[in-house]
Amino acid sequence: MNAQNKPELRELSYAEAIREAMDIALEDDPSVLLMGEDIGVYGGAFQVTGDLVDKYGTDRVLDTPISELGGAGVAVGAALTGLKPIFEFQFSDFAALAMEQIVNQAAKVRFMLGGSVSVPLVMRFPAGSGTGAAAQHSQSIEAWLGHVPGLKVVQPSTPEDAKGLLLAAVADPDPVMIFEHKILYKMKGHVPEGYYTTPIGKAAVRRAGKDVTIVATSIMVHKAMETAEKLSADGIDAEVIDLRTVRPMDRDTVLDSVRKTGRLVCVYEGVKTLGVGAEISAMVAESDAFDFLDAPIVRLGGAECPIPYNPELEKAVVPQVPDISAAVRDVVQGRV
Amino acid sequence: MPESTQDTNLPYAIRAYSAERLRDALKKMYLVRKFEEGAEDSYMRGLIHGTMHLSIGQEASAIGSTMGLTDEDKITSTHRGHGHCVGKGADLGKMFAEFFGKETGYCKGRGGSMHIADPSKGNLGANGIVGGGLPIAVGAALSAKRLGTGAVTVCFFGDGANNEGAFHEALNMAAVWKLPVVFVCENNKYGMSTSTERSTAVKNIAERAAAYAMPGVTVDGNDFSAVTEAVDAAVARARAGDGPSLVENVTYRWRGHSKSDRNRYRTKDEINEWMGRDPIPAMAKLLMDHHIVTEDDVAAIEAEAEGIIKDAIEFATSGPDPKVEEVIRDVYTPEATA
Repeated sequence: MNAQNKPELRELSYAEAIREAMDIALEDDPSVLLMGEDIGVYGGAFQVTGDLVDKYGTDRVLDTPISELGGAGVAVGAALTGLKPIFEFQFSDFAALAMEQIVNQAAKVRFMLGGSVSVPLVMRFPAGSGTGAAAQHSQSIEAWLGHVPGLKVVQPSTPEDAKGLLLAAVADPDPVMIFEHKILYKMKGHVPEGYYTTPIGKAAVRRAGKDVTIVATSIMVHKAMETAEKLSADGIDAEVIDLRTVRPMDRDTVLDSVRKTGRLVCVYEGVKTLGVGAEISAMVAESDAFDFLDAPIVRLGGAECPIPYNPELEKAVVPQVPDISAAVRDVVQGRV
Repeated sequence: MPESTQDTNLPYAIRAYSAERLRDALKKMYLVRKFEEGAEDSYMRGLIHGTMHLSIGQEASAIGSTMGLTDEDKITSTHRGHGHCVGKGADLGKMFAEFFGKETGYCKGRGGSMHIADPSKGNLGANGIVGGGLPIAVGAALSAKRLGTGAVTVCFFGDGANNEGAFHEALNMAAVWKLPVVFVCENNKYGMSTSTERSTAVKNIAERAAAYAMPGVTVDGNDFSAVTEAVDAAVARARAGDGPSLVENVTYRWRGHSKSDRNRYRTKDEINEWMGRDPIPAMAKLLMDHHIVTEDDVAAIEAEAEGIIKDAIEFATSGPDPKVEEVIRDVYTPEATA
């Protein structure tokens, strides 16, 4: 699309898009409230909530003590009794402190109670590496939560989807976990005005191609796109799928693409083993799309170690454009 | 809610509640006892396969603590929660049906003994995680305050939970935000096998209230009137907008922690001593001493409870089993998965 001819195409950063979504949700529905550490006057560790406290007050933009387990549990209890909390973890890594409430309570309570309740809860997790914050502030743990029936898990990669998926999550009666990549917070892109939702459970084909399917998540979508543009100069036509939702996974979009291209490369930042790519690969291997494969499936994921501090090491442990490029070439040119 | 006040020399429960409510409370105590005896009997006869946690001996705490609540008020409960369900008005047939894993149970056979809930009566459910209900209760109180419902949440937990981080985080937040919640600790002296003396740095768990700037009181949890007096005062305080309280009901479970318990951590003498402090005859005596019931009335109330339990077991055993093909039905809310 040519933005110069369409001045109405407004651009926001990913963080601004999320803030706008929360603003709309707060404005539209008095039962919505934001909870989290330092989300009030501080504006959030990544300035995502920003100045919302000025507009909605400290009751609806509620600073919690540094109590991740208790705070998450309060959000679960509030969701069970008429409120719609949007709970911000300061870093996704801190979810480890709250897994009891997320996994044993939020995810299971509807099922355990025979469907007599729903838990309309949204949790936001600033995730991923690239900030030099080392091992306890840089993880990508979406696969942990993606393993839990009862939760929905999304990973927006663009400002437009960050807003649309958040509004879809608020409208959803079940707990939705949103993994936001910290490096994307400043990325700008077109964001429609007003209320809209991006469907949970639907992947997006970001680039159509015929030679190979690259299924990527979160920031890796951008690296996959950059790779695809570079490879097109060499005559390799890659299709790039932005998975967008980890649970429930969009089986149809992925399988249709693999049936067309016959080759699959999965790219994700979480640790490679038992990660999102394992599920994508298995989904293809267990389906008729397997018969269309002309090459083994390749996964590119995080290295088998915690995220290191040193910037060169930090870069080395997650897939980068040259890694993706090499892997795609190998798959397309029959070297795997 | 408490109704009347007259002679301050009378025990609180006698002053505060009508004869009808007190007779009903005695009936509920019998119902809890007989539900659990029926559950135990069913287990022994191999009719159910799951585990259970019996509160026999703790009935005054459960029924006394819920005496002053309305259907709009909420409770969160524990793995030892059958009494809390009865206190909050649960149907015994649906409780037994859940215990038997039936589609007609409170949780359609998906939850079992440890997850019985009745949201329509404000019972947000038992919980299999020690301390799991504490922050959830605070969340329910946050909703009540934000939405202006006037509801109070009573949060049941055991002595074991008072050493979980969730306890401390929950009490702190409830106090900081001045929320309408009453934390009711049922201190039955053992977290599974570990006594409070061996696990807890303070002598009385109610002392921990001081750390969170809320009132804390320890009462004889087998004395129905003492329990209602303490919890009703805390509920009134919460309803008035003055924030949370902690009430510690000291009681005792006669049975083991669960069915695997060999009772190797306590003596027969100790168990017998507490069995001599049975809260149900004590409640009957309280009502007889104040001419609310006669001995014949007590026998009739007990017989009525037995009849209800018999019917409940009949309802439960005759109900349909859940269908295997519907097992994942309630993982997500239907309109959301369409």
